[in-house]
Amino acid sequence: MKGFKRTWPFHLMLLPSLVLLVIFNYIPMGGIVMAFQDYKPWLGIGGSEWVGLDNFRYLFERQDSLQVIWNTLLIAALKLVFNLAAPFTFALFLNEVRREGFKRYVQTMVYLPHFLSWVILGGILLDVLSTDGGFVNRALTAMFGIEPIFFLGDGNWFRFTVVVSDIWKEFGFGAIVFLAALANVDPSLYEAAEVDGASRLRQTLHITIPSMLPIAIVVGTLSLGNILNAGFDQIFNLYNPLVYDKGDIIDTFVYRTAILSGEMGFGTAIGLFKSLVSLVLILISYRLAYKWAGYRVF
Amino acid sequence: MYHKTVPYRIFTAFNTVGLLMLSLLCVIPLVHVLAVSFSAKSAADANLVVLWPVDFTLEAYKKTIDNPVFLHSIWVSVLRTVTGTALTLLLAVTAAYPLSKETSVFRGRNVYAWIFVFTMIFNGGLVPFYIVIQKLGLVNTFWVLIIPGAVNVWLTILLLNFFRGIPKELEEAALIDGAGHFRTLFHIYLPVSLPALATLTLFSMVFHWNSWFDGLLYLSNSRDYPLATFLQTVIIQRDMSSMSFDPKEMELISQKTVKAAQIFIGALPVLIVYPFLQKFFVKGLVLGSVKG
Repeated sequence: MKGFKRTWPFHLMLLPSLVLLVIFNYIPMGGIVMAFQDYKPWLGIGGSEWVGLDNFRYLFERQDSLQVIWNTLLIAALKLVFNLAAPFTFALFLNEVRREGFKRYVQTMVYLPHFLSWVILGGILLDVLSTDGGFVNRALTAMFGIEPIFFLGDGNWFRFTVVVSDIWKEFGFGAIVFLAALANVDPSLYEAAEVDGASRLRQTLHITIPSMLPIAIVVGTLSLGNILNAGFDQIFNLYNPLVYDKGDIIDTFVYRTAILSGEMGFGTAIGLFKSLVSLVLILISYRLAYKWAGYRVF
Repeated sequence: MYHKTVPYRIFTAFNTVGLLMLSLLCVIPLVHVLAVSFSAKSAADANLVVLWPVDFTLEAYKKTIDNPVFLHSIWVSVLRTVTGTALTLLLAVTAAYPLSKETSVFRGRNVYAWIFVFTMIFNGGLVPFYIVIQKLGLVNTFWVLIIPGAVNVWLTILLLNFFRGIPKELEEAALIDGAGHFRTLFHIYLPVSLPALATLTLFSMVFHWNSWFDGLLYLSNSRDYPLATFLQTVIIQRDMSSMSFDPKEMELISQKTVKAAQIFIGALPVLIVYPFLQKFFVKGLVLGSVKG
């Protein structure tokens, strides 16, 4: 009791956030039972029929849901690899710039797309990637004389566009952690290497890259937990019925099946499948990040 | 020494040009949209506009501003951004303070911390969440845009890491002088946390301004939409139903230049706060997340 007398302000401060978290995060977790029901909105959770694992069986039998899981994995895996490699490489090259003004200018420009929403960027991409006179296709035709590419209407090109535009949006922002790591490298390491006559390439290979590796491991392992997040905002704002087969991901699929077509039980089941796999992956990746790089989330 | 070698100079030249092109690549699409929005309709439809307006005109902006639905959606977005940011910030500050304490000072800390963090790694999914919102009667209210996402665990962690860096002596002095924890938080902690608070404010503002999905999901009357949701339906889904079926307005959204103007206005607040944002967030982020 004596402890509470001292710490009651802490509990009081946490109370409002806690109430909101319970209502909007923990109570919905209880709604997961819908995954085991043939949920009917007019019957509610109490009245709907229990169907056991039927929704999950259905999930692994339906052609479209298997395709969706595959799409999700593929798109997310590609993003994971390139969204690690692109900022890493960019930070390496930016680190070679010695004029502070130019460095800051480049940074200002490349961080910008991160702060614009996929609605804005989607609107822009729909325009510049269009086949009838879009900026990009006109440039490609002028430079290489090729036929206009149907970036957003052809499944394979759609995947390509999704991955590339995501890299374009995020590489600058992703580089921040690497640039921070580079700023912390002990300058005497470089001085010693210079005295030994090491070229800049050698310095990069033996000093710069190794000093970025721990943070790269952290970023890489942590994003492993996101392998089922292929980017709802982006896909939703770029796709159309033409590319549903190759572009639909779990999150957009849940929206279409559960909210638009009213298959609530099934939608919850596939959502739960995603959450569970993600949870396991996140716990593993947090553990690995700690083991390999001594990183704790907080 | 290597600076002066010929290969390194060649590399520097290529590197500079490459980075310059990369940096342009990040803003060119936006410049293109801006140019289209200031161009004459005929020039835009004929795809004559590249990066500079053709037959400069403010027509598209005039038409956009003339649209009451568009103007109202801006108002909803402003209201949402201001209220939502204020609430998120208040909750983040009050939660981060106790969570930044050592377990020896605040025994329940770890339990609370887990309750917070667990929400980041597991959730019930879209459908149960939707039903809870429905049962609470939040559907079709303005508050559905603010309350459900008011607790931002990520920003709270960012702030608690910043709080941990504040020298203990400051707090001890205040407590000895008889100040309670509330007073310590608001009079000692907050004044020295301005960079972190600025980072949080700007992140939260950008988040609220850009959010569109909740509007689409929980608001059935398109006249209540915030700007981002309005733009999503009109520009991305090309949905005319969110406009009244006034032929004049139909023509309005089908125009390329008007669309461009709307996109640009949608991006404008972010473009305005961005320079301030950039000044702060690098420090705030690195302090908050990387060092841990």
